Amino acid sequence: MAVKQLTVFLENRAGKLSEIVKLISDADVNIRAMCIADGSDCGILRLIVSDLEKAQEALKGESIMSAIDVLAVKMSDKAGSLSGILTVLDKAGINIDYMYAFTSPALDAYVVLRVGDNEAAESILKQHGIETLNDGDFT
Amino acid sequence: MPNYYQPEIETASREKILEIQNEKIVKQVRHVYENVKYYRDLMDAKGVTPDDIKSVDDIKKLPFLSKEDLRIAYPYGLLGTDLKNCVRIQSTSGTTGRRVVAFYTQEDIDIWEECCARAIVAAGGTNEDVCQVCYGYGLFTGGPGLNGGSHKVGCLTLPMSSGNTERQIQFMMDLGSTILCCTPSYAAYIGESLAEMGYKPEDNKLKAGIFGAEPWTEEMRRSIEKSLGIKAYDIYGLTETSGPGVSFECEEQTGMHINEDHFYAEIIDPDTGEVLPEGEKGELVFTSLDKEAFPLLRYRTRDICVLSRKKCSCGRTHVKMSKPMGRSDDMMIIRGVNVFPSQIEAVLLKEGYPPNYQILVDRVNNTDTLDINVELPPEQFSDKISDIQAREKKLESAMRTMLGIGPKIHLMSPHSVARSEGKAVRVIDKRKLHD
Ligand SMILES: [Zn+2]
Repeated sequence: MAVKQLTVFLENRAGKLSEIVKLISDADVNIRAMCIADGSDCGILRLIVSDLEKAQEALKGESIMSAIDVLAVKMSDKAGSLSGILTVLDKAGINIDYMYAFTSPALDAYVVLRVGDNEAAESILKQHGIETLNDGDFT
Repeated sequence: MPNYYQPEIETASREKILEIQNEKIVKQVRHVYENVKYYRDLMDAKGVTPDDIKSVDDIKKLPFLSKEDLRIAYPYGLLGTDLKNCVRIQSTSGTTGRRVVAFYTQEDIDIWEECCARAIVAAGGTNEDVCQVCYGYGLFTGGPGLNGGSHKVGCLTLPMSSGNTERQIQFMMDLGSTILCCTPSYAAYIGESLAEMGYKPEDNKLKAGIFGAEPWTEEMRRSIEKSLGIKAYDIYGLTETSGPGVSFECEEQTGMHINEDHFYAEIIDPDTGEVLPEGEKGELVFTSLDKEAFPLLRYRTRDICVLSRKKCSCGRTHVKMSKPMGRSDDMMIIRGVNVFPSQIEAVLLKEGYPPNYQILVDRVNNTDTLDINVELPPEQFSDKISDIQAREKKLESAMRTMLGIGPKIHLMSPHSVARSEGKAVRVIDKRKLHD
């Protein structure tokens, strides 16, 4: 089961990131995980939020957005568990475009993975007893 | 085998053309001085009388007219004859400043249409052609001008006006249009639409297109020629000087022959107003030679171009002007290279970006810098930074090809490029602050 990642274009302008984050929090939406990809001149903000639709509504007209499917994989918060997940995917020949990991009291630890083929990755992980999360886990 | 609409005049010797011009300019200046108070005041202020103008060499003594003068004199201030002698009004869309309203007597219209007829014949038009005119009809000069020219040549004229591409294509295919007259961007669009509908370039009967009224590049010409299977000819004109047909291309496609028996062209330094020698780049200035209703002497077009009297293989002897490279009031000199916002806009449109942009010019360590803020269209967005960077690089390289210098592109969110009330502030030249 994939989760929706909200992807927001960040132009190179002071205050743009804090504006976006404030709009999301003003809409009473929690940011569960985030990561910023930094270009030389602009950036991309990637977010897992508690309520995707509300967040999109709050950011309407503010920037370019898209919602895409990514995998959120649960792992135990101890050394070696991320490495185990990556080894499984690597052996199956699945490339990871980017990833970001987070820990949370409710969910232990998890890693968000952007891969070319969500279904293939998910089924490989499942074969190895690694659980993926769905949108409901983040609300 | 080249064809001419009016061979005697189109291939007349240089001496003959000068003789015609010298005779006409004396009359035209007198006509203006006697009938147009606005210009008479300008001449008086400069201490020039009609007696001082004995030939086209004396035109440089006359005061200039600018778009600003047209604005001040709006609507009747530059009228050269009684309204009762006028039969037509044409007008610009008025996107920049106040609109221009031009007046015509029947004689003015006949001459204008003859100029357009010369352009159609130069593009290979005869009375056996079906000429599809999809310039706008109405106040805009494009439709009426080419329509009249097409009648004069004797083509079967299809007065389509602009828009409704499906119907345009249906008429084009059913009635076998052979000449297409429209803006280059619309021609490109028709080409794309034909391909989408499954037509190949050889499926239509078109042989030539006469395209003008907006800037277009040589690259765009080749792509239109390919997609429609035609030869594409440029045509130039402005409402102030009657409309399209002031100049037009021949089969050599190396510049547009100015109809010198009706218009006298000069190239001036836009800053000093000094007349520049042939071959130098500067602002194009037109003096009408035989207008009755709306005669403009030394009208500054703001178009930057070059004149050439090099012998043309088509046999026409009239001077050729290059495609306008931009607007004089917009020209920037960056690292010694002339850059026009219109060039930047053309690249943006070609690369699929909206024409909302801002140009920032600065000087860092004695070197000029050029930064362009561009709005990223949502459909070009990606969650991968490498995709976005690749788009920036592609746009930078397209800009470098067009401008001759490489800018730094900054992609912005839609609607975020600063806009002032009304007209966009396109250029911020910070070098002026340091000087
Ligand atoms: Zn020629």
